[in-house]
Amino acid sequence: MTTTTPTPADLPAQPAAHGHGHGHADHTLTGFVIFLLSESVIFLALFAGYAIYKTSSPLWLPPGVEGLEVSEPLRFTVVLVSSSGVIYLAERALHRGRLWQFRAWWLLTMAMGTIFLVGQGLEWAALPFGLSDGVYGASFYLLTGFHGLHVLTGVLLMGLMLARSFRPGNYDAGSVGVTAVSLFWHFVDVIWVVLFVLIYVWQR
Amino acid sequence: MTSTTPAPPFDPRVLKAPHPVPGAPNNWRRFLSFNTDAKVIGLQYMITALFFLLVGGLLSMIMRGELITPAADLVDPTVYNGLYTMHGTVMLFLFLFPILNGFNNLLIPPMIGAPDMAFPRLNAAAFWMVPVFGVILMASFLVPGGPSGAGWWAYPPQSIQNPLGHFINGQFLWILAVALSGISSIMGAVNFITTIIRMRAPGMGWFRMPIFCWTAVAAQAIQLIGLPVLTAGAVLLLFDLSFGTSFYLPEGGGDPMLYQHFFWFYSHPAVYVMVLPVFGIFSELFPVYARKPLFGYHVVAIASFAITFLSLIVWVHHMFYSGTPQWMRNLFMVTTMLIAVPTGIKVFAWIGTLWGGKLRLTTAMLFSLGGVFNFIFAGITGIMLATVPVDIHVGNTYFVVGHFHTVIFSTITYGVFAGIYHWFPKFTGRMLYEGLGKLHFVLTFIGSQLTFLPMHAAGLMGMPRRVASYDPEFAFANVLASLGAFLLGVATIPFLLNLVSSWVRGEKAPPNPWNAIGLEWLLPSPPPAENFEDDVPTVISGPYGYGLGRPLVEDEERYVAKAASAATGA
Repeated sequence: MTTTTPTPADLPAQPAAHGHGHGHADHTLTGFVIFLLSESVIFLALFAGYAIYKTSSPLWLPPGVEGLEVSEPLRFTVVLVSSSGVIYLAERALHRGRLWQFRAWWLLTMAMGTIFLVGQGLEWAALPFGLSDGVYGASFYLLTGFHGLHVLTGVLLMGLMLARSFRPGNYDAGSVGVTAVSLFWHFVDVIWVVLFVLIYVWQR
Repeated sequence: MTSTTPAPPFDPRVLKAPHPVPGAPNNWRRFLSFNTDAKVIGLQYMITALFFLLVGGLLSMIMRGELITPAADLVDPTVYNGLYTMHGTVMLFLFLFPILNGFNNLLIPPMIGAPDMAFPRLNAAAFWMVPVFGVILMASFLVPGGPSGAGWWAYPPQSIQNPLGHFINGQFLWILAVALSGISSIMGAVNFITTIIRMRAPGMGWFRMPIFCWTAVAAQAIQLIGLPVLTAGAVLLLFDLSFGTSFYLPEGGGDPMLYQHFFWFYSHPAVYVMVLPVFGIFSELFPVYARKPLFGYHVVAIASFAITFLSLIVWVHHMFYSGTPQWMRNLFMVTTMLIAVPTGIKVFAWIGTLWGGKLRLTTAMLFSLGGVFNFIFAGITGIMLATVPVDIHVGNTYFVVGHFHTVIFSTITYGVFAGIYHWFPKFTGRMLYEGLGKLHFVLTFIGSQLTFLPMHAAGLMGMPRRVASYDPEFAFANVLASLGAFLLGVATIPFLLNLVSSWVRGEKAPPNPWNAIGLEWLLPSPPPAENFEDDVPTVISGPYGYGLGRPLVEDEERYVAKAASAATGA
C-alpha cells in the first residue's frame, strides 16, 4: 500500500463531515463488507445443518405432510430476486443526481420486499405443520424466518435511507449508506436463492 | 460515490475521534462514560476483565476447596456443576476475550500510527455490551434452579433440560449472555480488521507491521468465521430449550451431534483467538528484552495465518469419543497435528531471538519466558491428545483439564500479565514496582505448576473431570492442585496492589522506559487522545531493528524530543 504524505494544505480539502467521528466513508464500506461476509457464515452453518438433517434424519417429513408447494413461492421468489435489479436502477439514478427517480425506484424495491414478506406470511398461515413438528418443521420455520428477519431489516433500513434523502445536504459527503443498504439487499437475495433451492427444489 | 474522480489516498489525520466526548470528564469518571476514545475503551475492557478474573478465580477456589477431600462435602454436587460451568464461561467470555480486546484497543491504533479505531462509536457499543452480558450471566445465580450446570460447552440433551419449567432459567441466561458476547466480539472484529487494513501510517506496508497487529488480524478473522457458527448452534439450542423444537432431540428426528459440531467449529478456534494475540505479545517482548531483531519476522507473520486456516479444520478432535466415524477421526488427527508446525515455527523464532541476546529479566520478560516454557509443555500434551488412541483413553479426564489450563492460564494469562507489565507505563504514565511484579511472577509460576501438573497425573490414572467427589486414590494429586490454586489466589494480591498503588502514586514513566522500537514508544506516556494527531510519522524501516542502527521513522529524533518535552511539560 502506497500512501503519500499529505501536506497541511491538503487537509481542509477533506469533507468536513469526516471530522466528527463518523468514520471515513471508505472505512464504512470496508467494515460493512467484512460484516456481511461474517453474517453469511451464519447462513452457511444453517444450510449445512439443514443438508445434514435432510440426508440423515430418520424422521424427516412429519406424518401427513407430503412436502411443499413450489409454484406460489416461486412467484414471490421472482419478485424478490428482480428487486435486486430495481435497487440497482435506484442507485444508478442517485449517482446521476436524479433524486426523485432514485426515490421512486427505491420505494418500488421496498414494496417488492414487502410483497415477499406478505407472501411468506400467507404461506406460513396455510401450512399443515408447525415449528414443533419434528426437525423438518423446526428447520423450515427457522431458516425461512431467519431470512425473513433479514428481509424485514432490509426494508426498514431502506425506509430510513428514504427518509434521510429528504434531509438537505444529505449526499454532500457521499451516499455510503445507500450503497451499504443496497449491498445488504443483494446479499439477502442471494441467500434466498440458495434457500429456495435447498428447501423447495430439493424435496425428493 | 457521487463524483467520478478517484478517491484520494487515505490520510489517517482526517479521522478525528470526538475526545474528550462533550461533557465527559477527563478524570477517572471517563471510564464510566460512553467514551469513544480507544485508549479509554481499552482500559475499560481491562478493568472489567480483571474484575471478572477475580470472580472466575473465586469460583475456581471454591471448586478446589471442594476437591481437597474425596467426598462431596463443601458444596452440593449440583452446585458444583454450576460452579465449573460459570468458571469456564466467566474466564473465557468475561476475562480473556475482554482483556485481549483491551490490548487490541490500546495497542493497535498507536502501533500503526492511527488516531483511533475506524468506528469509535461501534467500539464503545461493543465494550458496553460486556458489563451487560456479565450482569446477565451473574444473574443466573439468582434464578430458581441456579446457573446452568451443563458445562461451558452446554451439550444437549443436558443443556435443554428445564426441570423447573421456568422460561427464564440458568441455561436461558447462559445462551443469552454467550449470544451477546458473540455480537460484541463480531463488532470488535469488524472494527479491528478495518482499522488495520485502512489506517496504517504512511510507509507502513503489511510487512512493516508489528507482529501483534498480524496476530490481531489472524485472531479476529477467526472471530468473523467461527462466531457465526456458534451463534447458529446457540440459536437452535435456545429454540429447543424454550420453544419446543427438536433440532437436537432424536425423538423428533434431531441430532445432538450437530450441536457438538457447531460448538467446536467455533470453540476450538476460540483458543487461537486467545493465544494468537499472546504470540503477538511474546513476539513484541522478546526482541525488546533480548536486544535483537525478531528471528524470522516474515515467517512468524505468515505463520499466524497458517494457524488461522488450520484452526478451522481441526474441531472434530474434541469429538473423538462421541461416536465419530473412524475416517473422520484419522483426518482430524492429522490436521490437528499439522497445527504444531506453524506454532513450532513461532517457538523456534522466539528461541532464535533469545539466542545470544543480552537478556534483561524484567517482570514482563519473566512472564514471557515462563509462558513459552509452559506453552512447549502444553504443546506436547496437545500432540498426545490429538492422537486418537490416547485421546479415547484420557478424553474427559483431568489430563485434558491439566492440558488446557496449561494453555489458557500458564500460557495465555502469562502473556496477558507480560503485556500488562510491559505496556502499563505507556498507557497510565506510571511505572509498576518491579519488586512486587517479580513476587507476583514467582508465586504465579510455582502456583500454576503446583495446580496443573498434578492434574495430568490424576487424569492419566483415570480421574474423570467435572466431578465433585472422587476415588481416594486421586487424593494426593488433588491436595497438591488445591494448594496450588490457593497460592494462585494469593499471587493476585501483589499484582492488584502493584496495579492500584502504581497507578495512583507510582514513579512517572518516561516515553520509552524499555528502550523499545515501535511507533507507540515515540508517543508520550500516556499518549494524547489522538496519538500522533496531525503529525503522523512516515515509517521507513521494518519493526524490531534492535542493534541495526537504522531509524524506524523519518525524522525520528524530532518525535523522540517531542514526546520527551510533552512528558516534562505535563
